[in-house]
Amino acid sequence: MSRILKNRRLVEDDWRLIEDGAPVCAGEKIIVPLRRWREERSALLASAAAVGVLLPNTEDVEALWPEIADRPLIALQFPVFGDGRALSQAVVLRRRLGFGGELRALGDILRDQVFGLQRCGFDAIVPRADQDLEDCLRALAEFSVVYQPAADGLETVWQKRRSATPA
Amino acid sequence: MYRYDPYDRQLVAERVAQFRDQTRRYLEGRLTEDEFRALRLRNGLYQQRFAPMLRISVPYGLLESAQLRKMAHIVREYDKGYAHFTTRQNIQLNWPELPRVPDLLAELAEVQLHGIQACGNDTRNITCDYLAGVAADEWVDPRPYCELLRQFTALHPEFLWLPRKFKFGFSGARVDRAATRTNDVAVHVLARDDGAIGFRFFVGGGLGRQPMLGRVTNEFVPEEDLLIYAAAILRTFNRFGRRDNIHKARIKIVLKEWGYERFRAAIEDEYAKIRASGEGADLKLRPEDLERMRAHFTAPAYRPAAEVAADWSAAARREPRFAAWLKRNVRDHKVPGYRVVFVSLKAPGEPPGDCSAEQFAGLAEITARYSFGELRSTYDQNLVLADVAERDLYELWRELDRLALATPNIGLVTDLVCCPGLDFCSLANAGSIGVAREIFERFDSLEAQYEIGEIRITMSGCMNGCGHHSVGHIGILGVDKHGEEWYQVTLGGSAGHDAALGERTGRALARGEIADGVERLIRAYLEFRLDEDETFLECYRRVGLEPFKQRLYAADAAVAAAA
Repeated sequence: MSRILKNRRLVEDDWRLIEDGAPVCAGEKIIVPLRRWREERSALLASAAAVGVLLPNTEDVEALWPEIADRPLIALQFPVFGDGRALSQAVVLRRRLGFGGELRALGDILRDQVFGLQRCGFDAIVPRADQDLEDCLRALAEFSVVYQPAADGLETVWQKRRSATPA
Repeated sequence: MYRYDPYDRQLVAERVAQFRDQTRRYLEGRLTEDEFRALRLRNGLYQQRFAPMLRISVPYGLLESAQLRKMAHIVREYDKGYAHFTTRQNIQLNWPELPRVPDLLAELAEVQLHGIQACGNDTRNITCDYLAGVAADEWVDPRPYCELLRQFTALHPEFLWLPRKFKFGFSGARVDRAATRTNDVAVHVLARDDGAIGFRFFVGGGLGRQPMLGRVTNEFVPEEDLLIYAAAILRTFNRFGRRDNIHKARIKIVLKEWGYERFRAAIEDEYAKIRASGEGADLKLRPEDLERMRAHFTAPAYRPAAEVAADWSAAARREPRFAAWLKRNVRDHKVPGYRVVFVSLKAPGEPPGDCSAEQFAGLAEITARYSFGELRSTYDQNLVLADVAERDLYELWRELDRLALATPNIGLVTDLVCCPGLDFCSLANAGSIGVAREIFERFDSLEAQYEIGEIRITMSGCMNGCGHHSVGHIGILGVDKHGEEWYQVTLGGSAGHDAALGERTGRALARGEIADGVERLIRAYLEFRLDEDETFLECYRRVGLEPFKQRLYAADAAVAAAA
């Protein structure tokens, strides 16, 4: 098992990502691509302890919502570090659809991006294999002030200014 | 002018610290070239031909005295003694050394300047009407909304990794002085008859390859929804902008490929959804947010007209150079006794938009003394002192003249707009500064310039169009043909309220032909025009491309006839 960032800590990961059609061991927690989830839903639910779904970053999460709303984990992808499409998927899942399960970021993720990922609602981040995890953990606190309301519930500069102004 | 509070200062300081760490990791070999490139661009640092270029954001073109003084120091200390003002109202340094850039950014942060999102696939510096707050034709001062949007887009976690760069331009006046529709998004601030403030949004503009002007997606977005609507556009772009081809990645291509109806419907649909959700509740501006921001942009303490008005006609008769400057570089102000003064960055022999350390230092003093401490940069690469008392005009002219900042050519043929071109830029195909100089020399005499009147010549060294060639009355685009510099001409473009894209004339002209070609076009105009009041653009719109084309390529026809 490898370590990942989860809820602002480094933890051993107890999920297994199965990107191909490899068999599932009974009782394990797995993440499978959307397609496999659609095709083998009942079988996967019967054997695995928990099933998360991996979505391509081109999917419309609102349209998919009925199929994924009850999942304990949704994994979103960053095929190259400059491709920010999954950031919008994450915000829509958290803020519009109210997804309350684990939201996991996978792919070409740099230490310099984890702060933004966390803001968009990812509570689990798997940085690229060569990234220094301790350094990533530090980067989660790189900024102490933020302007925008996002999915992390941080108090924004605007909220702070509002409360400083007498009504 | 907006002043940072401790939160703003903290954010920029943390950003500088982050960049210092990124630079260190890159120099230690722990960040790859590609990774560092993406990160440094988001701090304004670009790799040019000979050295890095640092682009410093000038939010909506507003500068103050202390910033100018700091710039004088910066260009001496970190560069070769000058900097360049761009068509996005920003400042570029051409020769900073990478290891020193973190220190440079820390110094800039002392006067609330930075390079955050000055380059890269993110939301760029917001441009704005340089006469905001002082223009007689203004409906609503757009600056508070620019600052609200600036803060919203600064390090926005969802919109920092867009398919391509993304630009906003604001205007709150009848005349568009910021070329707003050439931006990905143009925001026109309006006041309805019932007093309600709102925004007309145009989306899908952009220069570069396939230049396009933005189309209206919403006629009146209510004031409190500014950020909600901006978020809807940005999210639509982040989701649907193409990422497979850098030349097709701007939002204008989404508009082009989808068609207007589908494009508009997608943005409106996202707007409605955000508005109806908790996100919308968070983003909705409250009256106190707007009030707090407006309080940063109040009018300066103007003095009664009786104290500041002055009549300079006698001095103008004695000194023709002063008279020329009054005529070309000084404009009316909405407050009696005050004038708007243009500072020309188009002096003979100087690259358009360049400003030296001495000029920065001089402008810091001039700005403090004559215009309430504020200076604005314009879309045409000039500067504006927006609030000058009439009685100070003569003294101000003397001081600007000493600094070579009083060339009386605003809006005339030598007020050329031009990118740095092949002399500096690694993207350029052809030089632009040298051509600008040649054109300048042709028309340097003031009599000739006055005879020609209002004209806008714009020039870019490549397709990316930083010199806005597609919206020049005469546009010049540098192209590379088998290793030689050639120039493609367009006519009839405009960036104003009557925005239009120029039409291509035909074959490109060689380096040795281009200045002659421009001269032929201008001579043709002088011949074709109905009278002195008909400008180049009006004349072109009346007679069309053909007669100008014939003159431009007159020599080709002669050669063909002889053959």
